[in-house]
Amino acid sequence: MANMAVAVGGTEAPPPRRAGRNWVPYALLVPGLLFLAFFYAAPMVTLGSQSLQEGNVYDGYILTGNVGIYPETLSEYWPHLFRSLGYAASATFFGLILAYPLAYYMAQKAGRWKNIMLILVIAPFFTSFLIRTLAWRIILSDGGVVSDVVQASGFDHVLNFMGLTQGDTLLNSKFAVIAGLTYNFLPFMILPLFAALDRLDPRLMEAARDLYASGWQTFRRVIWPLSLPGVVAGTLLTFIPAAGDYINSRLLGNTQTVMIGQVIDSLFLRVLDFPKAAALSFILLVMIVALVGFYVRKAGTEELV
Amino acid sequence: MAENPSGDLRLVQLSKEFDTFTAVHPLDLTIPQGEFFALLGPSGCGKTTTLRMVAGLEEPTSGAIYIGDTDISEIKAFKRNVNTVFQNYALFPHMRILDNVAFGLKRRGDKNAMAKAQEALELVELGHTAKKKPNQLSGGMQQRVALARAIVNRPDVLLLDEPLGALDLKLRRQMQIELKRIQADVGITFIHVTHDQEEAMTMADSVAVMNAGRLEQVGSPAELYDRPASTFVANFLGQSNLLTSRITGDAGEGLSSADCHGYPILVATENIPDGVSDVFVGVRPEKFRLGRHGRNQLKGTVTDDSFTGVATQYLVRLPWGFEVTVIQPNDGSPRAKVGENVDISWEPGSEFILDASQDEDAGMLDTGLRHG
Repeated sequence: MANMAVAVGGTEAPPPRRAGRNWVPYALLVPGLLFLAFFYAAPMVTLGSQSLQEGNVYDGYILTGNVGIYPETLSEYWPHLFRSLGYAASATFFGLILAYPLAYYMAQKAGRWKNIMLILVIAPFFTSFLIRTLAWRIILSDGGVVSDVVQASGFDHVLNFMGLTQGDTLLNSKFAVIAGLTYNFLPFMILPLFAALDRLDPRLMEAARDLYASGWQTFRRVIWPLSLPGVVAGTLLTFIPAAGDYINSRLLGNTQTVMIGQVIDSLFLRVLDFPKAAALSFILLVMIVALVGFYVRKAGTEELV
Repeated sequence: MAENPSGDLRLVQLSKEFDTFTAVHPLDLTIPQGEFFALLGPSGCGKTTTLRMVAGLEEPTSGAIYIGDTDISEIKAFKRNVNTVFQNYALFPHMRILDNVAFGLKRRGDKNAMAKAQEALELVELGHTAKKKPNQLSGGMQQRVALARAIVNRPDVLLLDEPLGALDLKLRRQMQIELKRIQADVGITFIHVTHDQEEAMTMADSVAVMNAGRLEQVGSPAELYDRPASTFVANFLGQSNLLTSRITGDAGEGLSSADCHGYPILVATENIPDGVSDVFVGVRPEKFRLGRHGRNQLKGTVTDDSFTGVATQYLVRLPWGFEVTVIQPNDGSPRAKVGENVDISWEPGSEFILDASQDEDAGMLDTGLRHG
C-alpha cells in the first residue's frame, strides 16, 4: 500500500520539453539497431536467400527462387523435427518438475541460504557446456553408480519397456539425450521460477490457509497461478534452445536419436548442402515461433509479450 | 457469558517461544462471545503472535486455545473456524474481488458461495466492485474487501491484525465506525490487534494491554484509563502525571493522608494497593484544575501552554522541579500565561495509586509520562 501512496505523490507534471531536441533517445538506440542489423537481420536475409538458391560449393550458387526445397526438406527430415520437439518438450517437462520445488524452496524457505543456493544453481555455467555434457558420458557409463542403481532397482526394465534405452546400457539412448537436455537447461528453468516465486507474498499463502484451503488447494489456487509468468518464461527458455540443441544428441545419443540441430549442423559443415540446411533452419524457426505463440496465448500471460 | 458459554474464546497458559526469545509468556485470557475485544500493546509485545496462535498460523509452545469447550490448538489453520483480516489485506491479486470473497466458502464446498460473497460485498458497500481486481481498488476499499472475505465465512472468531494501520487518519476514523457497525450487525467475536491506544479505546468493549510478552491488564477502556494497574498501562493509555508520595495515615471519610515532597495531600483509601506505602499518585492531566477548586492544592509556575481549541494544555513546574501536564477545558475559565505562578488542584479520589517499586518509565511514549 505504501507504493500506492508513492504513486499518487509522484504524479507531477513532466518538465516542459522543447520540440526538435529529442534526438538523444534515438542516438542511444543506434548501437543496438546497428548490432541487430548486422548480426540478426542481415544473416536472416542471407539465410533466406541461401535456401532459395541452387548449385554447389564448387561451381557457386545462383538465386533461382526454388521454393520447392521447403516441402522436399520437410518430407525428408520431418521425423528429426518432431523428435527434436518431442525431446525438447520432455526436457522442459522434467525440468519444470525438478525446478519448481527447488525454486519454491529457495525463494520461500531457504532464508539465509538463498544466495548460496542461487550461486550453486549458476555455478555450472563456469564450466563449458561441452565439458558438462561429456561428463554425463561418465556419469551414465556402464558399471557407474547411476547405472548400477538403475539396474539394482529394476528401473532399467521400465526404461527398456518405454523404449528410452536398449539392453542394459544407459548411454547412447533417448534416455541419455533427454537427461542431458534436462540437466543442461535446468538453470534456465530455475531462475525465472525463482524470480516469480520470490515475489510471492508469503502472507497470501497464510491467507489461503486461513480461508480453509488445504496445502494442495493453496498451491493450485494461489501459488501456481501467481507463478505462471515464471513458468512460462522458464519453459520457453528451456524449450527453445533445447529444440535446436545438437550437442546432447551427438554426445549422449545414437543414430536413432538424431535431433534437428545435429542435421542442420552436418548439412552445413559436412554435406555442404547449404540451401537445404538454410531451408531446414527456417522451418525449425517457424515451427518454434508458431508453437511458442500458441503456448503464450494459451497461458494468457500478457506481461510476457 | 453464563447463558451462552459455547462460543467464548479461552486462552489457557498459552505461550510461544522462538529460538532466541519468548514472544508470549504463559497467558490466560477469556474473551466472551460476541465481544469487540482489543489486544493493545507496543510493537514486539507479543500481541500479533498471540493472534497468529489463535488463527493457527503459529504453533503454541505450550497451553491450549478453547472455543467453548473445544480445544482448537491441535486443529490445523485451514480447518479452524477462525478467520483473519491481515495487516496488508493479503488479497489474492490474480482473482476478482468476488472470487476473493468467495474463496473460503468455495474451499468448504458451499454451493451458494457466489451469492453469499456478493451479499458480503454489499454489507461493506462494495457490491459494485465485484468484477474488479484488487489493484484497481484503493487501500480503504481493499481493507473492506479483506473484511468481507473473512466475515462471509461466519467464523466463531474474527481476528483483525492492525487492520487500519495502512490507512490515513481520516479513513481510519471512518473505518473504525464502519468496523463497529459491522461487528454489531454480524455479532461475531472480533479480536482487534493494535498498537494505537486511541483506536483500542474507541472501538473495543474490552481491552487487554500486553507488554513484553505478558498481559498487563484486562478491562473496559474506562477501567484501564481511570484505574490502571501498572505504570505501563498508566503511561501507554493517555497521559499521566505520577507524583512520588508516601502514605502517612488515615484521614477519615475513606481518605488517607499522604506526603508528596513535603506537601500534604489526600487520596482515596480504596485506591491504595494493599500493604504499600511508597507510591506514585497518578493524576490524569484533565483531573487537574488551575486555581483552588479541589481539596488537594499545589503551587507551580506555568512553563508552557498550547491551545488546542477544545482545551489548553499547560506544563506546570512544581516547587521541587517536576513538571506536570494540566489540561484545562475551554469552558470560559481564566487562562494562565507562561511564567505565571498558579495554584493547581484536584479532588481526592480522582487519582490512581501505583506501587512505587515498579519502573516508573514503563510504557512511556515521547510525551506520555511525567513523574517526580
